[in-house]
Amino acid sequence: MSILVDKNTKIIVQGLTGKTGGFHTEQALAYHGTQMVAGVHPTKGGTNWTGSHGETLPIYGSVAEAKERTGADATVIYVPPAGAADAIIEAIEAEIPFITCITEGIPVLDMVRVKARLDRSNSRLLGPNCPGILTPEQCKIGIMPGNIFSKGSVGVVSRSGTLTYEAVFQTTNAGLGQTTAVGIGGDPVKGTEFIDVLEMFLADDETHSIIMIGEIGGGAEEDAAQFLIDEAKKGRSKPMAGFIAGRTAPAGRTMGHAGAIVSGGKGDAESKIAAMEAAGIRVSPSPARLGHTLLEVLKG
Amino acid sequence: MNIHEYQAKQVLKAFGAPVAEGVAITSADQAEAAAKQLPGPLYVVKSQIHAGGRGKGKFKELPADAKGGVRLAFSIEDVVKNAKDMLGNTLVTAQTTDAGKQVNRLYIEDGADISRELYLSILVDRAYGRIAFVVSTEGGMDIEAVAHDTPEKIITVVIDPTAGVTEADCAALSDALKLEGDAREDGKSLFPALYKAFVEKDMAMLEVNPLIVMENGRLRVLDAKVSFDGNALFRHPDIKELRDVTEEDAKEIEASEWDLAYVALDGNIGCMVNGAGLAMATMDIIKLYGKEPANFCDVGGGAGKDKVAAAFKIITADPAVQGILVNIFGGIMKCDVIAEGVVAAVKEVGLKVPLVVRLEGTNAELGKKILNESGLAITAADDLDDAAQKIVAAVG
Repeated sequence: MSILVDKNTKIIVQGLTGKTGGFHTEQALAYHGTQMVAGVHPTKGGTNWTGSHGETLPIYGSVAEAKERTGADATVIYVPPAGAADAIIEAIEAEIPFITCITEGIPVLDMVRVKARLDRSNSRLLGPNCPGILTPEQCKIGIMPGNIFSKGSVGVVSRSGTLTYEAVFQTTNAGLGQTTAVGIGGDPVKGTEFIDVLEMFLADDETHSIIMIGEIGGGAEEDAAQFLIDEAKKGRSKPMAGFIAGRTAPAGRTMGHAGAIVSGGKGDAESKIAAMEAAGIRVSPSPARLGHTLLEVLKG
Repeated sequence: MNIHEYQAKQVLKAFGAPVAEGVAITSADQAEAAAKQLPGPLYVVKSQIHAGGRGKGKFKELPADAKGGVRLAFSIEDVVKNAKDMLGNTLVTAQTTDAGKQVNRLYIEDGADISRELYLSILVDRAYGRIAFVVSTEGGMDIEAVAHDTPEKIITVVIDPTAGVTEADCAALSDALKLEGDAREDGKSLFPALYKAFVEKDMAMLEVNPLIVMENGRLRVLDAKVSFDGNALFRHPDIKELRDVTEEDAKEIEASEWDLAYVALDGNIGCMVNGAGLAMATMDIIKLYGKEPANFCDVGGGAGKDKVAAAFKIITADPAVQGILVNIFGGIMKCDVIAEGVVAAVKEVGLKVPLVVRLEGTNAELGKKILNESGLAITAADDLDDAAQKIVAAVG
């Protein structure tokens, strides 16, 4: 099994006609035949998109039309920041079950508006400001490099894109492979939190262990740790390794990701590491030893 | 983006918030004329720097027993005397570095008779994905200390974005702040006004500490600290103009012109990385091996050769840098583009310190080939661990 996406997932692209959207759609199509089925553009409906290797996809004028014509159950958004929130809301209103937003730099208050709309819907949003999601040899949504993945038993969930790649690369090199890797994104207001993904990994039979990568800012890692403690009391737990980025980050400064800031004495790395360790996660002090650390945990 | 107190008050005043009359000055010559515009006889002379804790701060150039960065003045002469004492000197507060910040601007404000000091801030509460008010009756002091020592005195009111600030929200805030009479009435207009300002101007943080109840029973915004969401500045040209670049690090200003995420730090190993998480992790691993990073630098996913070269130049321009670690895990970012940018920058500005490069992911082999064939003294690393150990050893 995998979580959220597999070989049957049908995906439309909002922002396909841009450079980033086009490039990554080509990459997705080339990755074990990920079912990218259409693009959406408000004024280019009825035309076709052609990739650099001659791939073609139909363009529809709206998400609703694309969904109706293709039966898509997922969308990926590469729309620039100023229009990204409206693109997400359009997907919610078209009742797309699974929405991934890659766009970085969306104003936070736009996401507050999106979140209010999302809460009144049945859609799940992944991101924004995330690398997407990948189930090895089945489905690639977003910008993760497919060549570092291998099919296996580790579930990866991370706030950071490039650290997701580290975790994937290291578990591939350790011979473990992945069930699914999920980048939840570096923004303060987002659609999917650690807890949501951990719940799915705990429920997934093929996921035997989990790597969770957090970073400074907010309290999502602490919430996740409490969730794991509560689930363990019910007898649900899996071996886990983790990492928190930003131990050396100064307070009060935003470290690249809009959500990565220690403010008001909250969100520092040490308290997150302590919470995760209290929940039974082996937290690696080095981002280069995620794979090793997980192997150590598995050896017991 | 941060702005000064006097600018924050102008922004809030436009939304109807009660603030004192005041005049900003940049030289002591302007102090007398500024004070004469105010009713008196009580004045407040306030240092304008982008850091809190000004009242308890100390001026480097003045004797240890000299007053701090916010002073009361009881006459126009007193205003002038204090202005001369403060302008141009360096204020060190709990929120600045030890180097402090030069005070280039003062805000001369009408004094107020204070009955009670309260705390109010507005921010985005991540747990709810909504805007929230955070209030406390313990205003005028370090709110982090209040949160630590007496967390029950801090009350959060989360606002439903579809409804805005309701009468019930106002009542909850007034109850939390123990407001009565005129102050409670003032709250009914102040709370929605501050919320409106926060939303319409895309603020990241609005902090009023203290919000005061005056002797006459009315509310006043006595201090105001506002920062804006950098990602929303594109729709606020008026706010963009309030930026004071003299408050910012020169390297950070240059980096922002290239749209690079760069934060200057105190160590001596310069870092150039793609991705915010990996950039932080790279700093962390340097520290793990016993050295300190000189900066945080995320070149982002879509950087071209010129942007990479600009980042490299900004990093090498820091005189504290004794070695550089380039750590790239290419997803969108192609390693050959990084390699070309580094080679171009080194050819232009030279390379006086050890350089360790780790390339992984998209086009890594091509990138390594470009570096090898450049003839430059670059140490290649196999992985992140190897890279960190090599740069730490090279700096010694």
